[in-house]
Amino acid sequence: MALNMVFLGKLEDVAGCGAREVQLAGTLDAAIDSLGPELASALREPRVKLAVNGILLQDRDAPVLRDGDEIAFLPPVSGG
Amino acid sequence: MSTSPPPTRSDVRLLTEAFTPGEEVDRFTRAHPAAGGIVSFLGQVREGGGVEALELQHYEPLTLPAMEDLAAQVRGRWTLDGLLILHRSGEMAPADPIVLVAAAARHRRDAFAAADFAMDHLKSQSWFWKREKVDGVWRWIEPREEDFEDIARWDSAVAE
Repeated sequence: MALNMVFLGKLEDVAGCGAREVQLAGTLDAAIDSLGPELASALREPRVKLAVNGILLQDRDAPVLRDGDEIAFLPPVSGG
Repeated sequence: MSTSPPPTRSDVRLLTEAFTPGEEVDRFTRAHPAAGGIVSFLGQVREGGGVEALELQHYEPLTLPAMEDLAAQVRGRWTLDGLLILHRSGEMAPADPIVLVAAAARHRRDAFAAADFAMDHLKSQSWFWKREKVDGVWRWIEPREEDFEDIARWDSAVAE
């Protein structure tokens, strides 16, 4: 039972990797907390958007998480 | 009763390898002989400032679908014979092409406006994260305020 957390842009540097599997926690908050305080706080910056399985979340409404879900953390884009 | 041919599909591609803009524009032009005007824009990695390399990162589930949505939006707003949107991802060197947009239309103003609109939206709203290497050190690039100003001018504009 795992979630795949994907870190884009500068979040990759904070995480030290582009993606990491975490144990499926009950809530998104618990999953974020399991990554450690430094990364958790970077992921909670208000300008960071979230996508679950490629679908952008609106207003960080609490998603129902299932085994194998991919959660992407998307900092502001820097343009093409 | 004759019916007009259906609009051709837009050519939208996310490329992880280098491309040759001239060849792409030639092919696009040949595919649209009825268009009176073709406008193309090429963005390349700027030389100078000690920049040794530029890297664009994309996120597979979002980046290309959003580029395709943008193409559909452009097609809905202007009457075009064809639309080409190519965007690089990955590591590039100075003077390497990054983005190519071309619009083919009966009338040049539609082609100019469509290419301009597509570029403004690619620059500010597409799912790319950019970093550059200076003196061997990679640094992420933050969003530019100008890009948001560029896109804001379309909010009040009325489609032609």
